[in-house]
This record gives sequence, C-alpha cells and structure tokens, in this order.
Amino acid sequence: MDYFAQQAINAVQLGSIYALIALGYSMVYGVLVMINFAHGDVFMVSAFFCFLLLLVAPVPFVAALLIVMLATALLGVCIERLAYRPLRNAPRVSAIITALGCGLVIQNTTLSLSPYSQRMPEIFKSVTWHLAGISISSLQLLIIGVSVGLMVALDFFIRKTRYGMAMRAIAQDRFSVPLMGVPVNTIISVTFAIGAALGGAAGVLYGLAYPVIGASMGILVGWKAFVAAVIGGIGNVRGAVLGGYLLGAVEVLIVTVMPSTYRDLVVYSLLLVILVFKPYGLLGRPAVQKV
Amino acid sequence: MRWLRQPPPRGVLLALLGVCLAACFAVERFGLVDDYVRFVLVTLGINIILCVSLNLVNGWMGEFSVGHAGFMALGAYLSACVSVKWLEWGDPLWMFPVAVCAGGLLAGAVGFLLGLLSFKTRGDYLAIITLAFLMIVKSGLENIPYVGGPRGFLGIGSHTTLLWTALWVVVTLWTIRNLVYSRFGRGIVAVREDEIAANAMGVDTRKAKLAAFVVSSFFGGVAGALFAHQLQFINPSVFDIVKSTEILVMVYLGGVGSLAGSILGATVFTILAQLLQPLGTWRMVILPLILVLLMIFRPRGIMGMREFAWFVPRREFKRKEDGK
Repeated sequence: MDYFAQQAINAVQLGSIYALIALGYSMVYGVLVMINFAHGDVFMVSAFFCFLLLLVAPVPFVAALLIVMLATALLGVCIERLAYRPLRNAPRVSAIITALGCGLVIQNTTLSLSPYSQRMPEIFKSVTWHLAGISISSLQLLIIGVSVGLMVALDFFIRKTRYGMAMRAIAQDRFSVPLMGVPVNTIISVTFAIGAALGGAAGVLYGLAYPVIGASMGILVGWKAFVAAVIGGIGNVRGAVLGGYLLGAVEVLIVTVMPSTYRDLVVYSLLLVILVFKPYGLLGRPAVQKV
Repeated sequence: MRWLRQPPPRGVLLALLGVCLAACFAVERFGLVDDYVRFVLVTLGINIILCVSLNLVNGWMGEFSVGHAGFMALGAYLSACVSVKWLEWGDPLWMFPVAVCAGGLLAGAVGFLLGLLSFKTRGDYLAIITLAFLMIVKSGLENIPYVGGPRGFLGIGSHTTLLWTALWVVVTLWTIRNLVYSRFGRGIVAVREDEIAANAMGVDTRKAKLAAFVVSSFFGGVAGALFAHQLQFINPSVFDIVKSTEILVMVYLGGVGSLAGSILGATVFTILAQLLQPLGTWRMVILPLILVLLMIFRPRGIMGMREFAWFVPRREFKRKEDGK
C-alpha cells in the first residue's frame, strides 16, 4: 500500500510537468487551430535557459523561475512572428510542416551547441520527510504546488479576464471576432507567450526533478506532453490537465509492472487506441463539417 | 523548349528507359564510377522512390502523413530478416527481390490498417496518428531482441545494386503515374479537392484513400529494404522523425502532386545533403530551415501541381485536343 502511495506521488509529480507543457499545445490549438510541434523544443530550450542562468548567476528559485518564464515567452512570441504569422491564411498543412521544421531547427541548434547532456546545478535544498512509511520531499511538494498554482492562475485568466475572454472568442469563431474590434494579433501573441511561459516553468521544474538535461528532451518529454494534450482533447485546456495527469499515472504504472523500455510503446499505442474510439480526445468536441 | 511540353514520340520513352537501365548495368558490371559516386546514385534512387511514394498521400491526396520513415523501417527490418535469417542459403539473384517484396508487402499491409484509421479523422489528427505509428514502430523495434533491439541489425549483405535501384525507381514511377491518371485514381485527387463533394459525386473515397495508403506504404517499405541492403546496418533510431522530415523536405521542395517535381526534389535534396555533409549536426539545422522558408515563400514547391509532359500518359493530350 505504501509502495502504491509512493508511486502515486511520483505520478502526480510527473503528471504536473506533462500537464504544464500540454497546456501550451492546447492553448495554441484552441486559438489558431494549429499544432505547435515546436512547443516541446521550446520546453527543452527553457531548461537550457535555466542552466545558463544558474551558470552565470546563482539566483534563488523564484527569480530563476520568473526569468526563465519571461525568456521562454519571448522565444515563443518570436517563433510565432517569424514562422507562423506569414502562414496564418495558408493551407493548414503548410503550418504543420513549418511547426515541425521550427522544432527541428531549435532542437538541432541546441544539439550543435551542446552535444552532451548537462547537469543542472542545484538551486533548491530539498528536505525529505517520512510520513507513515511514505517519503515525500519538499522538492516534490514544490513541483506539484507551483504547477497546480500556475494551472489555477491560467484557468482564472481564461475565465475572468478580458484577454481570456478574447481568446475564447477567437477559439469560437476566428473570422468574425476581428469585426468586433478584438486585436487578434495581440491576442495570439499573448496566447503564444503564456503557452511558452508555462512550458518554461515546466522546463525549470523538470530540471530540478531530473537534473540531467539534453537536446533530446524535447522529443522525450515534450512529445509525451503532446500525447497528453491529444488524449485530453487538444484545444481543451482542462483536457490538457486531465491528459497530463492521466499520462503521468499510466507511465508510472507501466514502469512498475514491466520493463521501462516498453514505456514509449505503451504510451503511443494508448494514444492510437483512444483516437480510434474517441477521435477528438476525452474532452474534445468533434469539428463541425460544413457542406 | 516546345518539345518538352509535348508528349514524346512513340517509343522514345521506352528506348530512353532501356538505355538508362543498360547504362546502370554497365556501370555496375565494369566499375565505371568510383564507390562514392555509386553510393550517391543509389541513395538518389532510394530517395526518388521515397519522395514519389510519400507524394501520393501528401501531394495527390492532400493528407498529411509524417510516418513514412515507419514504413521504411518495416520494410528494412523484414527484408533484412528474410535475407539474413530466413533465406540465408539463397542465391542473391532471386533472394534479394523476394526480400524486398516481402518488406514492401508488410509495409503495405500496415499501410492498409493506417488507411482504415484515416477514415476517422483528417488534417491535424491524421498527422498525430501517423506520428504515433512512427513512434510505435520505432520503440517496438527497440524491444525486439531478435532483430538486435536498440543496438541494431548487423551483417546485412550488400545487395542493393544500381540496377536493382533503377528498376525499382521505374516500377514506382510507372505504378504511381498509372494510378493517378487512371479512372479510379482520380478519386485520390478528388479527396484532396473536396472529400465531401467527391463522395456526393459517387467517388468511393474510402477505397481511394485505402489504395493511396497501401501503394504509398508499399513503396516506402521497398525503399527501406533497398536502404537496409545498401548500408548493411540498420538500427531503430535511423528511422525517426528526422528521416520523415527529410522525405517531407524532398516532397515539398520538388512540388506536391508532381512526378517530375518529386524526382527534382529528391535530386536537389540528395546533392545538397552530400554537400552539407561536412557541417555535421548543423546540416539538420539548415535542412528544416529550408523547409520553413519554402513553406513561407513557395508553399507548393518548384513543380507544384505541374507536370513534365513526358510523365503524362499520351491519352491525356488526346483528351485535351479533343476538348478543343
């Protein structure tokens, strides 16, 4: 029983990170109806931002988190400006290809600059508590706490603020919203900034939890988060959170019952199975086909 | 250049084909070029097969598949198993075609299943499905010790000659040309233009989709088999999303929905890839960057939706003239 409680904590920790990244995929999809395949690589770069920052100046955790989130948000906005905006009205396929290409450019640039994995310096002194046979560290609590806090803040932002309302309006109908005087370009930039910043936070938290970072992180973790977003129903923000925690739980469960090399196989098979039965994810709505 | 826009005189195409194949045979038999040139030529042939076959789904049918490297992997591994483990006693002259066909058939069968899945979704979700397929194939192969797991499959014979590659290129081009210009194959193009309207006009879009997926993945598998017997060593990480992206670069560089464009795209890409070789990992920065710039400035590629007259069946011209 203790063992399972312990694994449950690990699952929540992993799921929080997946959910944070998955939110970035879902927000962009909701607003632009485009899969931002570069988002996983933005997450990877944010871990490197954190690494570089700590190399230059050993700042406290909160400052590091904020600086990295800001830098990553800027990166996200730049990608949108340079690569996606010129293709806003192009065929959907062009946008997908561009996103895929951007991701590869970011990943391989990082790989060329830093061919070997790096070890993240410690910025947070972790204490481990033992409660009734379960050990839980302050680091785990921090990761879960920061992620949940950010998710609640995002939910508030989307439901209550004017920007959030505009985002939801664009997701509903992209073509008539500009007629109402909503500055669509600004809203889309804000969406990209927030999505990337959440990915940046996930990068810092991931670097704390699993301190070896490398250029392949975008494929290993970022694409799992993408799977989480799709399972939850891409475009649906709450679905992304649900998918993130679900995937975290499934992964931890797989590793406890079978060799860890089967993890990817099971995760992607799960994705296919869910798409066969729920083609638009667990919480997603089917797209309306107009004739 | 008027003659380029006309169909070739009767028999010229066949004669040209014969000369090309004879030249390939002569180069192989008498060692007319050095090993490097030969390697590049074989790579070019394999890339043409990959590019034309992916173009069938992404260009003519207008869907977006990123799983072509997965079909390549299936073809490569099965053909390697056939030629190394199951028919090791065979004579390469008849064993190699069997191995290549086996690889292609497996890929085609899996392509059929993927085609069934494609009925459910379109656009972005199809990209997700093919991506998941690619990841499943890759991590599946990593977990099969029989084919070497993550270490890879060693000791494959070097059977991919220039002649075999050229023959497969011709078979691929011929099959896909005849498919897309056939009565049935027009359904594939109709799916691209408007699936709902095509259905309403009585086109069996499901059959058209299945056919496109099966043919495309069959030749993807064939290319994989040739690739395995060229390099003599394969491992699962060769067939990842980067490989798929390379094929996408070729397709969208040359032009969607065009045989001549596919050949052009594959040629430019192969030469470019060889020239950029000294750059190491920066090569994989430049190639995707080309893809992004292409999408922004010339989204249909060099020959997008246009065709070199020699690849168009003669009756097409007749129809055009009759129409006038």
